[in-house]
Amino acid sequence: MSLATPGAAPADAPAVLSAPARSRRLRGTRRAAAGGTAAPGGRPAGRRLAGRLTPWLFLSGAVGLLLLFTYWPALNLFWYSVTDWDGIDLTKEFVGLDNYAQVFTDPRIFNVFWVSLYYFAASFAQMAIALYFATILSFSTRLSSFFRGILFFPYLINGVAVGFVFLYLFQPGGTLDTVLAWFGLADPPQWLGNPDIVNWSLAGTSVWRYTGLNFVLFLGAIQSIPHELYEAAELDGASRWQQFWAIIFPGIRRIIGLSFILAIAGSLSVFEIPFIMTGGANGSATFVIQTLQTAFNFRQVGLASAMAVVLLIIVLLVTWIQRALFPDEKVDLT
Amino acid sequence: MTVAVAPRRRHAPSGRTLGERLRSTSATTAKYASLVLAAVVTLLPLSVLLFASLKTAPEYAQSGPFDLPQNWLNFDNFVTAFTSGKMLEGFVNTGIVLAVSLVGTVFLGTMAAYALDRFAFRGKKLVMVLFLIATLIPGVTSQVATFQLINGLGLYDTKAALILLFMGTDIIAIYLFIQFMASIPISLDEAAMIDGANRWTIYWRVVLPLLKPAIATVVIIKGIAIYNEFYAAFLYLPSEGFISTSLFRFKGPFGAQWEVIAAGTIVVIIPTLLAFLLLQRWIYRGLTAGAVK
Repeated sequence: MSLATPGAAPADAPAVLSAPARSRRLRGTRRAAAGGTAAPGGRPAGRRLAGRLTPWLFLSGAVGLLLLFTYWPALNLFWYSVTDWDGIDLTKEFVGLDNYAQVFTDPRIFNVFWVSLYYFAASFAQMAIALYFATILSFSTRLSSFFRGILFFPYLINGVAVGFVFLYLFQPGGTLDTVLAWFGLADPPQWLGNPDIVNWSLAGTSVWRYTGLNFVLFLGAIQSIPHELYEAAELDGASRWQQFWAIIFPGIRRIIGLSFILAIAGSLSVFEIPFIMTGGANGSATFVIQTLQTAFNFRQVGLASAMAVVLLIIVLLVTWIQRALFPDEKVDLT
Repeated sequence: MTVAVAPRRRHAPSGRTLGERLRSTSATTAKYASLVLAAVVTLLPLSVLLFASLKTAPEYAQSGPFDLPQNWLNFDNFVTAFTSGKMLEGFVNTGIVLAVSLVGTVFLGTMAAYALDRFAFRGKKLVMVLFLIATLIPGVTSQVATFQLINGLGLYDTKAALILLFMGTDIIAIYLFIQFMASIPISLDEAAMIDGANRWTIYWRVVLPLLKPAIATVVIIKGIAIYNEFYAAFLYLPSEGFISTSLFRFKGPFGAQWEVIAAGTIVVIIPTLLAFLLLQRWIYRGLTAGAVK
C-alpha cells in the first residue's frame, strides 16, 4: 500500500499540511519522499534494516500471542490426538488413529451429536422469531426502542446468571409450572429431570438467550435497505407481506444464510447453558461438555484431543461451505 | 370480516378503505400483542427472580413465584449473597482482569492494525491469513491443549493466565481496527512524516487518537464478553472467584436457598443492565460490526 504513497506524497503534502494546526517545521521533501518503507533510495543499510523491522515491531505482540495461544495449542491438539496421553505422564505413547476410531465407534461419545440436533432445531425457531420482530420493528412502531432493548438484553446477560434464572423457572412447582397451571395444565413434566424433555428445555433457554443477537443483526441488515424501495412499493399498493417477500427477504438473504450456517457450527459447540444448568446430566451432555470432561475429569487427554480435532474439522468444513455459498460481497439490491 | 364489508362496496368506493382499515387495525393489534408477549417472555423470568430475592426465607417457602415480596426493601439476601458468596472478591478479580486485558487488547490490536494497514512488507499476507484462520478455531475446543500450555508456563491458577488468554484470542478486535484504520486518510501520516515524526510518533499521536471510536467499540464489546466469561475462569482460576465462577459456586453452599441465589444473580445482572442503558447505541453498533465479520 505504501508503495503508492511516496509518489503521491509531495503533491498532497502542502494541502494537507495547511489543514491541521500542526505547526512543526517542514524538514525538506526528500525525507518525505523516502519515508515509505518500500522506498529504496540510497539509505544506509542500518536504516533500511530498521525500516524493514518496523512493521514487525508493531506486530510482534499480537502475532506472538496469536502463535502462542491459537496455533501452538491447535498443533498440539493434533499431536495429542494420536497419543494415549493422560495429561500428566512425561511420556506420550503414539497410538495412531485409535482415538479417532473410538470417537466414531463409542456410542457414548457419538450419541452427543444427537444432542446438537435439539439446538439446531431451536436455532430455526430463534431465527424465525428474530426475523419476525426485526421486520415489524423496522417499520414505525410505538416504543420501538423500548422493545428493541428488551428483545436484545438477554444476549448481554452473564451465562451463569441465565442458567440460574432458568433453573429457577424450570423448578418443579416453579414459575413455568405455575403459569401452565393457570391454563389448566396441572401435571407438568420434570423439565430438567426427564431425559426426554431436558434437551428441549435447555434449547429453549438457548433461544431465550440468543434471539437478541439474531434480532440485532437482522435489524441492521433491514435498515441498510434503501428506504425508497418501500416507498415505491407502497405507491404500487404492495402490502406489508408483499413488501417483506419482495424487498426485505431478498435484501437480507445473505445474512439469513450466514446465520443458518453459523447455527450449525453453533449447535455443535453448545456448551455453557447445559454445563451450568445440568452439568450434562440426564443425557444433556453436548460434544464440548463430553470433550472437556474426557480431558479434565477422566484424564484422557489423547481421546479428548481427538474429539476436539473432529469438532474443529466439522466447524472448518461448515465455514468453508459458508464461504463458498456466501462469498464476502455486498448484496446487490438494484 | 369480508362478509360485513361486501355490501358496502356496492354503494361507494370508500367501502374498500373500511376493509383495509379493519385489516390494518387487526394487524396492528397483532403486532403490539406479539411485542407485548415477547416483552413478557423476556422480563417474566427476570422479574420472578427479583421477587424471590426480596423475600425472607420463611416467606419464600410459603409463597408462590408470582407472589410479590412483603417488603420491597428487604435487602438481607443481597447482603448474604455479597458477603458469604464472596462476590466482592469476584468483582475485584473481574475488574483487574478486565482492565489489564482491555488495555492490552487495545494496544496490541491497534499496533497490529497499524502495521498491517500502513506498511508493505514481506510476510504481510501470511500474517493476514494467520489471523483469518484463527477466527475459525472455536476457543472452547482447543482448551484441551491450551490448558497444557498454561500449565507448562506455570500460569495455572493465576490471573495472568486469563489476561493472556483474553488478549491473545481477540482477533475480531484486530479486524475492527484494520477496517477502521483503512478509513483514516494516509495523507495524515504523510503530513506528520514531513514534520519529522517517526513511525511510533505517528502511531501514538496521529493514529491512536483517530481510532478512538473503534477503541470505544472494542472496549465495550470485549468488556461485556470478559465480564460474562465463564469457562476460562472456571478452568484457569479455580481458587479465586471471577464474577461468573463466584455465582456458579452458589450452587453448592446455598443449594436450595433460592432467595440468596436469586439475589446473587440479580447482583451480577445489574452492572450489565446499567452498561446497556448507558451505552445502548454503541453496543448495537459494535455487535453488528463484530459479528458479521
